[in-house]
Amino acid sequence: MDAFLTSRIMSDILEGLTNGMIYGLVALSLVLIWRSTGILNFAQGAMAMFSTYVGMIVFAHDFGYWPLVGIAVFVGFAMGGVTERVLVRKLYGKPEINPIVVMVGFLIVLEAVAAAIWSTSPRGIPSPFSPIDWQLGGHPVALSAFSSYEIGTALVVMTAVAVLFRFTKLGLQLRASALSPEVSRLLGVRVSRMLTLGWILSTGVGTVSAVLVASNFFTGLTPQLMDGVFAFGFIAAAVGGLDSPVGAIASGVTIGIILQFVGDYVNSNAIILTALIILIVSLMLRPNGIFTRSAARRV
Amino acid sequence: MISVEGLCVSYGAVQALRDVTFQAETGKITAVLGANGAGKTTLLRTISGLVSPKSGAINFDDKSLVRQRPENIARLGVGHVPEGRGVIGEFTVEENLRLGAMISSAALAEGLLEQYERFPVLGERRKQHAAKLSGGERQMLAMARALIAKPTLLLLDEPSLGLAPLVTSQLMTTIRELCTQKDLTVILVEQNASSALRIADHAVILYLGRVVANDEATHVRDDENLRRYYLGLVE
Repeated sequence: MDAFLTSRIMSDILEGLTNGMIYGLVALSLVLIWRSTGILNFAQGAMAMFSTYVGMIVFAHDFGYWPLVGIAVFVGFAMGGVTERVLVRKLYGKPEINPIVVMVGFLIVLEAVAAAIWSTSPRGIPSPFSPIDWQLGGHPVALSAFSSYEIGTALVVMTAVAVLFRFTKLGLQLRASALSPEVSRLLGVRVSRMLTLGWILSTGVGTVSAVLVASNFFTGLTPQLMDGVFAFGFIAAAVGGLDSPVGAIASGVTIGIILQFVGDYVNSNAIILTALIILIVSLMLRPNGIFTRSAARRV
Repeated sequence: MISVEGLCVSYGAVQALRDVTFQAETGKITAVLGANGAGKTTLLRTISGLVSPKSGAINFDDKSLVRQRPENIARLGVGHVPEGRGVIGEFTVEENLRLGAMISSAALAEGLLEQYERFPVLGERRKQHAAKLSGGERQMLAMARALIAKPTLLLLDEPSLGLAPLVTSQLMTTIRELCTQKDLTVILVEQNASSALRIADHAVILYLGRVVANDEATHVRDDENLRRYYLGLVE
């Protein structure tokens, strides 16, 4: 058993799982916005990065790690809400290319502003968790206190989102507003508030993923922090089905594991190519996503 | 009671409603009849705030509904069962009802119980997705979902659409009973004029966006010319 847990295959699975949970979180944040407003938020990763900078760097001298995480997520919530009200609200009902152009533009602006304020050199964000792999019978397992923290946090956030949507009055209104805005309004649901709330939640979830990535000892916080992660999260959302939160998470984890094997057994340069092949093949076979049942798809 | 006065609505260059005036009284059913394109659905959508009128007034229990948001109008006690029923197919029967009950001050459990007693089939299927229901069951669900919010004004848009004659007849009886029991103001938009006239107290006939008749339902029923020219009811 010990030999299996420390084997190369198991190491790849565990490392892939850790990355995949992050991709799943990013994909979930994209799905939250897509379902409620039909907009694919290309600036999602940049918004999360920016909130993390504000939370982690601006206040860094005054507080410890956990309050900073709280502040970053709170800034993420606020940023999501303000972005929806100020930037996105005018885009509803416009041709599909408009929100894409605006959000890509927003992504570029945020990265440029972050670089101008905080420079492009990585900032270490010391988390209280050690990144050194645990040992089992003298061999390392591909799990550390830090990767457990990543997986655990992702699970907690995913569960919280699921509970909110499935079991609360607010979740019912959020889902109804996404599925049938006009009927929801006739039943007294304040749909425009629900759309704002969707963005708030989504950016909050995105910020958690950015905090996790930035807290990694080996990466640190940079303005381009989320570029790669966002690309894989986006592919996970597209493969799983932009309408399906469960699909987004499941395909995030699956893609994380597949890419880990490719990086380990083939070549780390083949990772991006493989991700694109997964995207193309899945869009050819099931253009609506593997987990989605509805036929309508706007992108 | 709701009064509509001089209501004009246009979609771009097309005038959908021209100077529409009528009143619907509490505890009575007012049928709004007319052919396709007469402006019946537009009238209901304007009352519930989905469409903004160009001019005119809508007063419901002395409150103006013009330029109010649909969600606020709903909270004033206006229940609108839209054309095609608008049940959310991805939701279960009970989730649809819970959504409807959201703005009600009464307890959810009581509200659900009341609707399941009135429409037992909804109780039997409460865990099923609404997409699996038949046309008649969907209509019941849409009505129950509006009623659970305890409205005082109920707007029904073509409830008989796509239903078998027997189901339509049962539905009309239910609407009549509800109106009397709950002292509701009901505006019933129908293409199926004979079914609607059977239960209505008052009838308004729209023709190309204008009111061409506004009278007691019995008078409309007996008026040979109205029946022939506007309602297509010829023996």
